[in-house]
Amino acid sequence: MTLSNRSSSSRSRRDTRLVAAVATAALGSSAIFVLIVGFLLKESWPALSTIGPARFLFDPAWRPTEGLFGLAPMLSASLAASVGAVILATPLGVASAIFCRHYAPPPIGWIHRWSMALLSGVPSVVIGLWGLTAIVPLIGRFEPPGASLLAGILILTVMITPTIALMSGAALDSLPDAYGRGAVALGLSREATLAHVLLPAARGGVAAGILLAAARALGETMAIVMVSGNVVQAPLSLFDPVRMLTANIALEMAYATGSHRASLFVSGLMLTALVIALAAAAWRLSGDHCHG
Amino acid sequence: MSVSWFRGKDRCALASIGRICAVYIAFFSSSLGHAADNRLVLTGSSTVAPLAAEIGKRFEEQNPSIRVDVQSGGSSRGVADARSGLADLGMASRAPNADETDLQFFTIARDGVGIIVNTNNSVRSLTDEQIVAIYTGKIADWSKAGGAAGRITVVNKAEGRSTLELFLHYFKLKGGDVKAHVIIGENQQAIKTVAGNPGAIGYVSIGSAEYEAGHGAHIRLLPMSGVAASVENVRSGSFPLSRPLNLVSKGAPGAVARRFIDFARSRSVHDIVESQFFVPVAP
Amino acid sequence: MLPTPSLRDALYGFGICIAALLVAAIFFWLLADLAWQGVGRLDWTFLTTPPRNAGRDGGLAPILVSTSLIILVAMSVAAPLGVATAIFLSEFTPAGGRLARWMSLSLDVLAGTPSIVFGLFGGAFFCVFLGLGFSILSGGLTLACMALPILIRTVESGLRSSPIEWRLGAAALDLSRATLLWHVLLPAAAPSLAAGLSLGIGRAVAETAALIFTSGYVDRMPSSLFDSGRALSVHIYDLTMNVSGGDANAYASALVLIAFLIAANSLAFWFSNRIFGRRMARA
Repeated sequence: MTLSNRSSSSRSRRDTRLVAAVATAALGSSAIFVLIVGFLLKESWPALSTIGPARFLFDPAWRPTEGLFGLAPMLSASLAASVGAVILATPLGVASAIFCRHYAPPPIGWIHRWSMALLSGVPSVVIGLWGLTAIVPLIGRFEPPGASLLAGILILTVMITPTIALMSGAALDSLPDAYGRGAVALGLSREATLAHVLLPAARGGVAAGILLAAARALGETMAIVMVSGNVVQAPLSLFDPVRMLTANIALEMAYATGSHRASLFVSGLMLTALVIALAAAAWRLSGDHCHG
Repeated sequence: MSVSWFRGKDRCALASIGRICAVYIAFFSSSLGHAADNRLVLTGSSTVAPLAAEIGKRFEEQNPSIRVDVQSGGSSRGVADARSGLADLGMASRAPNADETDLQFFTIARDGVGIIVNTNNSVRSLTDEQIVAIYTGKIADWSKAGGAAGRITVVNKAEGRSTLELFLHYFKLKGGDVKAHVIIGENQQAIKTVAGNPGAIGYVSIGSAEYEAGHGAHIRLLPMSGVAASVENVRSGSFPLSRPLNLVSKGAPGAVARRFIDFARSRSVHDIVESQFFVPVAP
Repeated sequence: MLPTPSLRDALYGFGICIAALLVAAIFFWLLADLAWQGVGRLDWTFLTTPPRNAGRDGGLAPILVSTSLIILVAMSVAAPLGVATAIFLSEFTPAGGRLARWMSLSLDVLAGTPSIVFGLFGGAFFCVFLGLGFSILSGGLTLACMALPILIRTVESGLRSSPIEWRLGAAALDLSRATLLWHVLLPAAAPSLAAGLSLGIGRAVAETAALIFTSGYVDRMPSSLFDSGRALSVHIYDLTMNVSGGDANAYASALVLIAFLIAANSLAFWFSNRIFGRRMARA
């Protein structure tokens, strides 16, 4: 997509300076990543070197003060909740974005867009509070205790839908008007225009939105601590209380010392590994259409 | 930010980037104010933090040259920061551990821990044996503990919290014995969880539970070993389950810290301690 | 048999409207819940007085100031850095290239790093290593790190989706890269920048875990960026989780936070339009 760097233009010197400026900025941004991963590695090294990575996956339980460091149930809970939330939030978010631009009368679309922006900024503790006082008792009425994987999925859905909606919306907005006009000129229906012209053209932005949302779901802490029950067990039913990796860090970090503390940083690294896997999968998917 | 933004070509673009940078540098360097010299930093327990912050405000009023900065983050953090010197004083909502002989603990208040259930629960009291049986999963339905039929939801605290340690110690339980259905972190979360679930049982700070129950929250404090769970009984020492709220210093505290500790233990802050629903210590 | 195109069109539209309605309904349920419980406390004095009695009484004034300063620091660092990085990624690295891949991978990882890890990192790096202590500056810089990936991603996707014809046209006209960027691509990406800024501000305003460890808990009016200042979300967290009887003020504070977001978002839209949006027409 990019132009060749070998421009013989007389303005090339200014371009060089521009490249230097933006490259420095990019370097700075990646430095943050290096710093954070380095920090995580440094803090978790005592646990990784003495306990060993395998035990974090295969120990039968999480009782760090008694020498058991199994993170697998929390890992699966994090995955289950995030996957569930992404499955629910993707159609809701994309539909919201389309609704604002192609179905709603302008004032309503505008209000809807604003609601999304606001919803994305409501602090997780407020959404968690609402979940704890509204959603959890509601689920608890049918299947106690209410604080459960399902409550976690619903709360995460509320939190990540706006991310998907805003990013998909931005992608749709930045498409040239000509696409839509062309489709109209060809006599395509609104459904066909959206499904076969606009959405495919905007899929990069939509995919980036879903990826960001999934990452946010994996990384969400405060709200999850309040609604998901925090019992360390594998998620076998939607109504089981579960503890996610982030909740584990939040609940125990302030009180942990020594190898317990270091093993909490290992769960941070594990989240990082999950996100890397997610990003790699997204590449695989987006890589296909790059050549197409 | 006027017309020049739009007029030029690329040189203008680079120039405006430079201008933005200059504004930032000016913005940040102008903000390089000097911090107060007499600053007392306290870090630690989130239970003690609101109390310490209020005491700090009154201390500042009486000593205008001193600033008291209170940061929350957990008892272990308070102990670690006091040890490393990052904080002048740590805050810990528990008694000293055996390996903390290098630190001095100063109790500024006490806090009772009581069992709560939902107001829809007809159970009015539980024996210690029943509480142990409920928390270890041997009793799973309220009908077996003298109430109407309904599944019990056991609300437990997360590992490392001082109320959990106190609770386990009192009932001679080990962390692994407890079969919890919901695990929570902070005190208010326990109150909200029990208030929203008719079958729930939990244990929380008595002062705040008393206040919340008096202001319409759907919770009820249960007596323990026949002693009513009230701030009054914690004060008199007859209630069996209570913990000290401590300020922690490494070795002897410095002059300002010493003054703050004395102030925080004096009669002149008893009203503050009570307004945070804790029990003052006798001077 | 497949439904006819017009029926399919109608069904599609129906589905989309239902989904959007559902999202709106959830939002208004949440908003109504907050308003129902918080609006009683909301008045002018709530905004202009400092908190008293651990936040149960009094208002928000110093907390609003601290929050604005934290957001200002975060956005003034993240926005230029983010836009420049996005330009680098979309314009100067080939889409499938190794450098672009590594950078976007690291961005995705940053986006998925739990906020509490950012908090611990910020506490260790900005507060201790750089010696900024618990301060608004530390908090703002930590938030800048958190908001960067969102900002870069949105702006980058906006830049990448501008049609290749524009670039070819610019090349044919012998425009420099800088001109093309400044006058064609960035204006076209203005909606993305606005979305990125509003998501970034949203994430920053909503952040709790990262700020407890960096900008801290002190609810005094800050006198410089080096003072510790409690952010609105930290205040709400403390009121709901640690302070019994703090719920009414917590809900009121949440409403203020939403109003704050409306203001911040309007500013973001206005800003991105003003800087980039209109220039296309005038250039």
